[in-house]
Amino acid sequence: MRAKNYFVGAAFALLVGGMASSVRAQEIKIGEINSYSLLPAFTEPYRKGWQLAVEEINAAGGINGKKLVVISKDDGGKPADAQTAANELVSSEGVAMLAGTFLSNIGLAVSDFANQKKVFFLAAEPLTDAVTWSKGNKYTFRLRPSNYMQAAMLVEAAAKLPAKRWATIAPNYEYGQSAVAVFKKLMSEKRPDIQWVDEQWPPQGKIDAGPVVQAVAQANPEAILNVTFGADLVKLVREGNTRGLFKDRAVVSFLTGEPEYLDPLKDETPEGWIVTGYPWYSIKTPEHDAFLKAYQAKYNDYPRLGSIVGYQTIKSAAAILAKAGSTDPEKLIAAAEGLSVGSPFGETTFRKIDHQSTLGAFVGKTALKDGKGVMVESSYKKGADYLPSDAEVEKLRPKD
Amino acid sequence: MAFYVVQFLTGLASAASLFLVASGLSIIFGVTRIVNFAHGAFYMVGAYIAFTLTDRLSGAFGFWGGIVVAALAVALIGVLVEMVLLRRIYHAPELFQLLATFGLTLMVEDLVVLIWGPDDLLGRRAPGFKGAVDFFGQNIPSYDLFLIVLGPVVLGILWLLFQRTRWGVLVRAATQDRDMVAALGVNQKWLFTSVFAVGVFLAALGGALQIPRDAVHHAMDLRIIVEVFVVVVIGGLGSIVGAFVAAVLVSELNAFGILIFPKISIILVFLVMAVVLIVRPWGLFGRPEAPARRTPGLTVNPWRPLTSNERLASLAALGVAAALPLFAGNYALTVGSEIAIFVIFAVSLHFLMAVGGLASFGHAAYFGLGAYGVAFLAKMAGLPMIVCLLLGPLLGCLGAAVFGFFAVQLSGVYFAMLTLAFAQIVWSIAFQWVSVTGGDNGILGVWPEKWAASPSHFYWLALGVATLVTIALRIAVFSPFGYALRATRDSALRSEAIGINVKRMQWTAFVIAGTTAGIGGALFAYLKGSVFPDNLGISLSVDALVMVLLGGVETVSGAVIGAIVYKALNIWLVSQTDLSKLVLGAFIVLIVVVFPKGIVGMLEMLAQRRKGSSPPGSTLLAKPIGPAE
Repeated sequence: MRAKNYFVGAAFALLVGGMASSVRAQEIKIGEINSYSLLPAFTEPYRKGWQLAVEEINAAGGINGKKLVVISKDDGGKPADAQTAANELVSSEGVAMLAGTFLSNIGLAVSDFANQKKVFFLAAEPLTDAVTWSKGNKYTFRLRPSNYMQAAMLVEAAAKLPAKRWATIAPNYEYGQSAVAVFKKLMSEKRPDIQWVDEQWPPQGKIDAGPVVQAVAQANPEAILNVTFGADLVKLVREGNTRGLFKDRAVVSFLTGEPEYLDPLKDETPEGWIVTGYPWYSIKTPEHDAFLKAYQAKYNDYPRLGSIVGYQTIKSAAAILAKAGSTDPEKLIAAAEGLSVGSPFGETTFRKIDHQSTLGAFVGKTALKDGKGVMVESSYKKGADYLPSDAEVEKLRPKD
Repeated sequence: MAFYVVQFLTGLASAASLFLVASGLSIIFGVTRIVNFAHGAFYMVGAYIAFTLTDRLSGAFGFWGGIVVAALAVALIGVLVEMVLLRRIYHAPELFQLLATFGLTLMVEDLVVLIWGPDDLLGRRAPGFKGAVDFFGQNIPSYDLFLIVLGPVVLGILWLLFQRTRWGVLVRAATQDRDMVAALGVNQKWLFTSVFAVGVFLAALGGALQIPRDAVHHAMDLRIIVEVFVVVVIGGLGSIVGAFVAAVLVSELNAFGILIFPKISIILVFLVMAVVLIVRPWGLFGRPEAPARRTPGLTVNPWRPLTSNERLASLAALGVAAALPLFAGNYALTVGSEIAIFVIFAVSLHFLMAVGGLASFGHAAYFGLGAYGVAFLAKMAGLPMIVCLLLGPLLGCLGAAVFGFFAVQLSGVYFAMLTLAFAQIVWSIAFQWVSVTGGDNGILGVWPEKWAASPSHFYWLALGVATLVTIALRIAVFSPFGYALRATRDSALRSEAIGINVKRMQWTAFVIAGTTAGIGGALFAYLKGSVFPDNLGISLSVDALVMVLLGGVETVSGAVIGAIVYKALNIWLVSQTDLSKLVLGAFIVLIVVVFPKGIVGMLEMLAQRRKGSSPPGSTLLAKPIGPAE
């Protein structure tokens, strides 16, 4: 009698255990890493974006019938901690691929980790050209338009300006340095008549805006390139407005049209800056309408660019996993190379040659509307049109 | 010409903002000797509350009233913090209060995001000071002019307060010799509380006054805290006039420096501080500290080597740690390796702090130099891993030898700040010298060779090195050199009198500690496969300090436990929750209150009490590098 009970118990335990493991086998996990605690202004909308994507994917039946699960970790803005998180996701959680990251150095650290451990990595946000070019590797793909692409988009508009004397203001770290370098190079190619009369390199997050603005004004440029963003941008704009730096001067500015950075400027938004960004209010395409409706219904808030990046990262990852039909990294790479994925901005492709997505960006002008900053006259620039020729890319990227 | 005048005035306006915050820090440090890491947090909360108040209240009265009320409200919070938290730990070992204020800062950073949301906030412009004044074709914001006037006004008020009131007399007396003030029957409790309140008020006022020209956001505190410390130290601790002069000096050098070297801002304040401290070891207006009357609490609980039972227990703990690969997975082993490396790092700083009595705020420099040493050797020279591991730390050794020579000429907080300055200089070189160090994108691809590549092998390697390092440093503590070093810590005058060359002893200790940290850094480079300027950064230096203080600075090897607890908890929390800073901060504050001598220090004290009058027993198990879970 007693022995029989034991037997029933054991059988039951086996059954439950078996069910649990079969549930687990029906899941596909993606490991996601970002600087949640360091950069909440970007990462909160980003999180909402990818959560929406997960919901939509699972509502539509998951990935080849398997449920998609995203396990998300904070890196605190430190490359070393990002690697710890990546390691946990790969070793303990057994994720099929890594995704995410914001800062360039963290993107590079995780990409190097992926290369070493042979794990597929989809970099979401890091802009540095090194991710796909000088330090590119076969396991790493990148979603957002790189520094080079955004610079090329802005140069197209900037070269039409009559201005000949240019000054630059950029945060003193790799992102600012390479943005300025690429912009200068492309600009000087199109307009050999241009002079670069001043450059300012405030430390990221620590701009002493008054002296910087004054120093730029002293050089009397006709146009200014700005690469600062976030709190630095707010300080720069406020000082610049008060001191009249932007009066009668053209300004070309990286990222300033993104709601994350434009909205905090409120009624102090300077008008007429040529910027890259995301005018969610004026994009009228069916793909974007669907995204916008779903996002607003779920969160009762408007999307930021981070929302798009988060959403599209997971959508792309799901498309790659679905096409590969496997979690083997080599098969994932094969599936991703040349894969076209729909996005709220239209169709994008992961290029085979350098693993860069052709997701584009909007270029437009800033304006004030009802005491708030908006982007006007904006148009979508396809990423594919702003990349160097294949021969040049071959030279930039180390052979796998 | 007009331009230079305007640039000068702009510099003065920056100086005024800096001075407000710095003066508060200087007063607090002068009297209570608290290194108030939370000063930046109070500054930030002042800005946030002022933002809310000025947003709700309309008109000029609403704006200025909001600013003042915000500063008063934060001062009230400061009083609460002082009475509830800091009062309990004034008698803890020096710098222990740093741990408490560090915990608070962590909590505040998460709390402001929870309360005010993640977006950058744009405060109102000050009514009446919205525009600019034309000065020979150059624009000066009228708010800048307001700040330029406000700075000296606050300086004047503080001067009157200190020179003309009884409270001021007491504060000055306490700044000079607080033991004597206590001996004369002054109620120190209320003196300390009031001083803390005034200091926090000034910090919050400084933050609140930034809202018309800055964005209010959750990283404001970090942006200002280090700079303010530097200003206070350049001026001379406890000197208000010094803080003012230093703020003007730093701001003007920056305003004009960027005209010639646009990239100077990133390092300028630290360069100025290094130069000032080398030339004037107590800052511009500071006075040499009187020789300490009390010897540290160590005399109560003399150090001794482990008894044979304790040795066996340590060995058993080491055995358990070494057996970890038998049952733990790859992730746990990698975390274990990281903890072992941080044990090396923490014991190296602990050696300097506990045995040498020299608290370094820039110890990460030598850790990072070790890591860069490995990266250079491995990537540029292509040397094998063993050679890199042996030679890499020499870069840390070299850095410690050069910087240590200058640093040991100083003592106390001045020593700490000079080490910080050197660390920042090294950091900025790694950050700026892109062609060699790769800048902030770092050096990638420094992975271990096959024999050490598997997580278990690397774990054994790290554990083995950590064990050797800990044993070696313990041997050093109980060697004649260790005794001499402890003598210099307990009384520099007496040890000099018996013929010990104090500076040389301290310099040797500095080099030993730096080299050891370099060993940790070398392993870290291979663990992560990459090296970034972060490895030299302030936050890593602070981590090391926290580990040492958490373990107990009056113990022989408390840092081992401190490192294990802090690192394991940190990794676990970051993995489990997005509010890791809030939880970790609360945990640190709790530890500070419950274990005012650090974890190991407290355990030792308890064990001693239980044994009654028998010789004090150390419950310290020297090397239990436990699993991470």
